Amino acid sequence: MKRLTLVILAICALIMLAAAVDLPNWADPSSPASTHLSPDFLEQGYGETATPNIVTVVLADYRSYDTMFEAVVVFAAALIVLVVLRRTPRQRSKMVQHRPVREGRDTVLRGAAQLIIPVMQIFALYVVGHGHYSPGGGFQGGVIFGASFILLALCYNLQFTIDRFKEQAVLFCVAGGVLLYAGVGAICLAMGWNFLGYAGLAGILGVSEVMARSHGILLVEVGVGITVFSVMMSLYYDLASGGDLDEGL
Amino acid sequence: MMIDQAPALIIIVPLFVSLVLTLAGSLGPRVAYGLLLCGMAGSLLFSLLALGQVVTDNQAIHYRMGDWPPPMGIELVIDHLSGLVLVLVSACALLTAIYSLRTAAEDNPDRLNHYYALFALLVTGLLGMTASGDVFNLYVLLEISALSSYGLLARGRGPAYYATFKYLIVGTIGACFYLLGIGYLYIMTGSLNMLDLAEIISRPELQDSVSIKIGFSLMILGVWIKMALFPLHAWLPNAYSKAGITTACLIAPLMTKVSVYIMLRIMFTVFSVDYIFDSIAWSQVVIYLASAAAVIGMITALAQRDLRMMLTYIVVAEIGYMTGGAWVANAAGYTGAVYHILADGLMTLCLFMAVGAVIYRTGQTSLAAMQGIFKRMPITAVVLVIGAASIIGIPPTCGFFSKFYLIQGAAQAGAWVFVAALLIASLVAAVMFFKMLEIAFFGDLKALEQEPGGGHGHGSHDGHDGHGALPAVARQEAPLSMLIPMVITAASLIILGLYTKEVVNYFIGWSIPAGF
Amino acid sequence: MDEIFHFIIGKYNYWASLVLLFIGLYGMIAKNNLMKKIIGMVIFQTAILLFFVSIGAKRGATVPIIEFGPDKLPLLDATAYANPLPHVLILTAIVVGVATLGVALAILQKIQRVHGTIEEDEILEDQRR
Repeated sequence: MKRLTLVILAICALIMLAAAVDLPNWADPSSPASTHLSPDFLEQGYGETATPNIVTVVLADYRSYDTMFEAVVVFAAALIVLVVLRRTPRQRSKMVQHRPVREGRDTVLRGAAQLIIPVMQIFALYVVGHGHYSPGGGFQGGVIFGASFILLALCYNLQFTIDRFKEQAVLFCVAGGVLLYAGVGAICLAMGWNFLGYAGLAGILGVSEVMARSHGILLVEVGVGITVFSVMMSLYYDLASGGDLDEGL
Repeated sequence: MMIDQAPALIIIVPLFVSLVLTLAGSLGPRVAYGLLLCGMAGSLLFSLLALGQVVTDNQAIHYRMGDWPPPMGIELVIDHLSGLVLVLVSACALLTAIYSLRTAAEDNPDRLNHYYALFALLVTGLLGMTASGDVFNLYVLLEISALSSYGLLARGRGPAYYATFKYLIVGTIGACFYLLGIGYLYIMTGSLNMLDLAEIISRPELQDSVSIKIGFSLMILGVWIKMALFPLHAWLPNAYSKAGITTACLIAPLMTKVSVYIMLRIMFTVFSVDYIFDSIAWSQVVIYLASAAAVIGMITALAQRDLRMMLTYIVVAEIGYMTGGAWVANAAGYTGAVYHILADGLMTLCLFMAVGAVIYRTGQTSLAAMQGIFKRMPITAVVLVIGAASIIGIPPTCGFFSKFYLIQGAAQAGAWVFVAALLIASLVAAVMFFKMLEIAFFGDLKALEQEPGGGHGHGSHDGHDGHGALPAVARQEAPLSMLIPMVITAASLIILGLYTKEVVNYFIGWSIPAGF
Repeated sequence: MDEIFHFIIGKYNYWASLVLLFIGLYGMIAKNNLMKKIIGMVIFQTAILLFFVSIGAKRGATVPIIEFGPDKLPLLDATAYANPLPHVLILTAIVVGVATLGVALAILQKIQRVHGTIEEDEILEDQRR
């Protein structure tokens, strides 16, 4: 069976390799991908949104409908992991699992964590906020922010983190971030523009349409950041403790 | 103004419902149920509005997300075909939502809100896929609906986890093939918008491109894995048959039908009739696969003793019908395939609901549960008979008319294998349902009790009817919240059948691709 | 000879991602341990990500962040910047991959809890019992 799979896959691979004949060469400036839509984005993007980072522009404005569902995907993941794994204490009592309980004071670890976590969090906020001008944005910033909390949970323990950031609050952030994103879209819709047409924010914010797009991008990036960081924590809470939220790794 | 925004609202309303359900964790089950109903009803309303506008203007609605013009931004396209599927999906979702009042609460004593949030997310994904006019956006929504269906299916009992895991692995392979196919198309064309892609692919210099062909094959293969076409179907029966009652009612009719719709979109919107049937000469092979799916699916269903296993194999067989109809390459076959999406969505829903009600009342999932349901649950039994008649293809149910078009299309194309497969599958379905109804009418209780594997699996059964005292019990009709959607579905099967001509003339006729 | 060399070198991004793709696919189909299946899935997804992101490369181009000239005006020459679209698509695909991975791990934990093992044959045996 395994041999057979290997043979079939090898044949598929050969077919696909042979098909590479008419693919454009790597980094060919005249390939269709580089000449069809990409120049439009690069030449019009800045003028229409006042945001130099074109990746951010395409992500959060031209294709912002995709990005909203991207945030929904992580939201869904958090929800599913919660639904699948999370157990109430009543259910848990049926089966006792022994986890190694960590004793002692990891002074070095904790000291290092205290030192590095604030820096990480400030850097994460910078990455979210500076996404207009440099590589970065909601996803990257959110991941760094979430990682700082996971580091806290690793260096202290899970309970320590949960006491400071309750499960309910995390869940609130998970849905709240997506709600902020979709809410911005809905406000634009209510202002008579299409869904996620940030130009509709111009009237509320009192700026030009181009600047309204720039602000709209920032707003949705913040929404994405909130969702991503809280999803990271939610996933970590549930996966690390097997859904019990007690001891963790 | 509401009508202009209807395409976006179809998708946004269930999304907001899902978010609010997650945020409002402490609200009672009644509020959650009400919210879900509002969301689904909203989607249905806006779908109907959009479809109505498409029919009155007789042209597709192009909705620009974020006000960006299409090849750069993402657009939603609602034409006759997608409008029809949107109405089907939102109507089925609404009916299932009504149906879920008792079953969902029993399957999910804790976390009902989160269950309903996933329910709404799944519907968002399905509606979004149907309305999308961008191949990559379609992938994202495909993943949303796939992920939420993993979550819902994993809510089932013990063996459900392993079955869901298998589904997750296979589903990811399918989705990734689709994504890789997009990659090939993007390299060769530089575009992601369906209409723009279609325009570029139809240029003569790309007609013989191997990469485009590989891209098409990967996308179609991915969709086939997702919709469980015959040799790739192994994951479906296990995953669907172990799910909770509500989950099965939601997922089984809709997921596969929307996948078939995507196949039609890729074949006839992104690519064209000429390209598929001239440049890629697969249609013969696909027709054989479809025929095999129809016959083998039905025969396997006949061999099952578990009610829901039986229904899931029927789903596999029905996929064969629709695939065959799409690939016989003529207008009648296409009409049959699209009409069968509607008919099959409704009749699968009808059967899953009726069987779900039987399982809910008896706590058994084997054929033995059908014991005397004509006496105990007369209305459910009638609904079941109508659904069965539609699967077999007895007029005036819509199943007859879709089969009629399919056979007509196959005969015109000279695909006699497919004609034979359709007739054999109908015959097998008839045998299967008469066997089932025989048990329901005259079932010998003692003979059935001796059979192993009776399956008293439904743990959350709350015992207002004894397991052991089946025949003696008087009428125990399903609760009203289940009866109403069941009766509506069964009635719609007949109504759709009676208005076949109108549906075909006003909706499907307009969506027949150029070249047929 | 020279042409073959150019063919191989010129398209090496496709070779690399296709090799990874089939390694991952093999792992997903043939491995018995469910965790290894998940690892195969991640390799498979990563291969597709590499495939996509390699489309975005453009010779002689820099990151797609608009630069400003000495007179503070933006330099809007499309040939100077790489294609932004693949990066956006990849970001989406990465997020989808992570979400799938999270869900897969959660279900795997549940399987381990129900069946006591994550070896496929042992699970099947456990189910038959």
